[in-house]
Amino acid sequence: MARTVSEVFNEPAIPLAIRWHSRVYSLLGLAALLVLVIVFVTTLGSVPIPFSTTFQVLISQLPFVDITPASPEIFGAPLSLEILETIILDIRLPRILLAGLVGAALAVAGATYQGLFRNPLADPYLLGVASGAGLGATIAMLIPFTLAWMALGAVPLFAFIGAIGAVAVVYLLARVGKTLPPTTLILAGVALSALLTSITSYLMTISGAELHGIVFWLLGGLYLTKWSEVWIVLPCVLAGLVAIWIHARPLNVMQLDEEQAQQLGINVERVKLILLVAATLITSSAICFTGLIGFVGILIPHAVRLIWGPDYRFLLPLSMLVGAIFLILADTLARTIMPPTEIPVGIITALCGAPFFLYLLRRRKGLAFF
Amino acid sequence: MIELDNISLGYNHQAVLHDASMKARPGQILGLVGPNGSGKSTLIKGMAGVIDLFSGRILIDDYDIKTMKRDKLARIVATVPQSPVLPGAFTAFEVVLMGRTPHLGLLRYEGGKDLAIAWQAMEATHTRSFADRRVSELSGGERQRIVIARALTQQPKAMLLDEPTANLDINHQVEILNLVKSLCLEQSLTVIIALHDLNLAAQYCDWMVMLNGGKVYIEGTPLDILTAPNIKKVYGAEVCVYPHPINKLPTTLITAGGSHGTN
Repeated sequence: MARTVSEVFNEPAIPLAIRWHSRVYSLLGLAALLVLVIVFVTTLGSVPIPFSTTFQVLISQLPFVDITPASPEIFGAPLSLEILETIILDIRLPRILLAGLVGAALAVAGATYQGLFRNPLADPYLLGVASGAGLGATIAMLIPFTLAWMALGAVPLFAFIGAIGAVAVVYLLARVGKTLPPTTLILAGVALSALLTSITSYLMTISGAELHGIVFWLLGGLYLTKWSEVWIVLPCVLAGLVAIWIHARPLNVMQLDEEQAQQLGINVERVKLILLVAATLITSSAICFTGLIGFVGILIPHAVRLIWGPDYRFLLPLSMLVGAIFLILADTLARTIMPPTEIPVGIITALCGAPFFLYLLRRRKGLAFF
Repeated sequence: MIELDNISLGYNHQAVLHDASMKARPGQILGLVGPNGSGKSTLIKGMAGVIDLFSGRILIDDYDIKTMKRDKLARIVATVPQSPVLPGAFTAFEVVLMGRTPHLGLLRYEGGKDLAIAWQAMEATHTRSFADRRVSELSGGERQRIVIARALTQQPKAMLLDEPTANLDINHQVEILNLVKSLCLEQSLTVIIALHDLNLAAQYCDWMVMLNGGKVYIEGTPLDILTAPNIKKVYGAEVCVYPHPINKLPTTLITAGGSHGTN
């Protein structure tokens, strides 16, 4: 339970953390919940595989575990172990893990941008990531030849380059001498986003048969996720998350204005650059396979702030876990709600996100949570 | 001791302050006065290392601040800015604890010692009673004291204050400046304070520097420099200056309509 600072200091020995215990327990609890959610949603899908069988298949993959899952009867016929493992391990699991990674990346990137700009409306797409990725993906779908680099197809490759390129242009445009004024950065991002989006829209009008694919990409979704995609996204997201989390305390101090942060010994311009690069990297690598999934980046950090407070040392890891859980659940809805059709997960996140956001706006009147 | 050696500084290659020199000593309050735009805030930003000098040197205990890393400077010099932005969702104690930032590495969390220092600073600034309140719920005077507590938590040798009493009522002005004065004496701090109010400056400063148009116009004790001719010359205001009825320090009086009697 939360204690007042005075109570803590009246104790004979001053504990190392004030009111941190509840947040640490929350972190551990959410981490456990994430694992449970992953296991649970692996059992859901168009092929009804019983929970116990799914669990056995997952467990059998762990080192030092030696069990052979029992083959269940599906649609009146026994399912071979091979097909069972393919469905669970090669179709469902990578998709669920990618959803978790993308959710974590978007939530942390959103929290980072909100902190960096001290603006509650900032989201991971603020500086042109979305419009750049959208244009890149659209171009990739319209070019008449196929192109691939390593495991990357043309669409993710172009989307990634477009996202990074857009932010790089915004950064160069917004630079004033050695400094990077946040307001200029936001305005440059908004302006470039408008420009790139208009080009994408024009390309869509002349895209003909490709229009369907472009629209689905722009709405976001995790359709046929392969392990190779997980292995590409994982290191990028992990590296970015670590870089951001290391700078959680400077980010806290930067919630004062930049001048005060400097007076407290923070090298503001360097921290801004590191956070900007890391947040852009994790956002771009996350969405280049999945398309533009909205609202996770703006909604999750606010929800976490409301519940656990504004300290970025907890806000960032908590957002990561909540974002992962949220997108895994949203994607499970997207693929199971009306089989065999799939709803783009971006629609589900926005459908849940928009009402929540309106609720936040109502509630914010009496409560400073930012 | 802080020593300014012929410094010029400003913004975007345009100097606001030219060839200023002065010395501030531990246990003393140095007051910066002068009209709006005379360079008081700029000077404080220069000493805090927020803006670079065009020329000259700033020495703190004979070390040039240009050679210091930002966090090292923040361990020596703490700044209380003019109307600082504070994040409303943080508690008062969390904001005070941010004063430990320059003492902690990137990955180190505040330990018991850091918490104790912050708590001590809140004792000195009489802010313990609202330690758990969110900053958004605090009054202007309470916020100002929180920022002073944060500056103390840096355990600095020098404290720079830019108009710490702006926007405060007369009681809170006196409370803040009494606090600064006692901290200055007890902890042997070097205090440099920019003030608009000449009467407050006269009461609290040991030494004053009057700036005009980006240059040092005159420096000396309040008694020496707060004279009607100096104020007329620097501020363009017609005033009467009388000794304070209790401590004889110069007291500046204005007359409605701008006319003045004999002085």
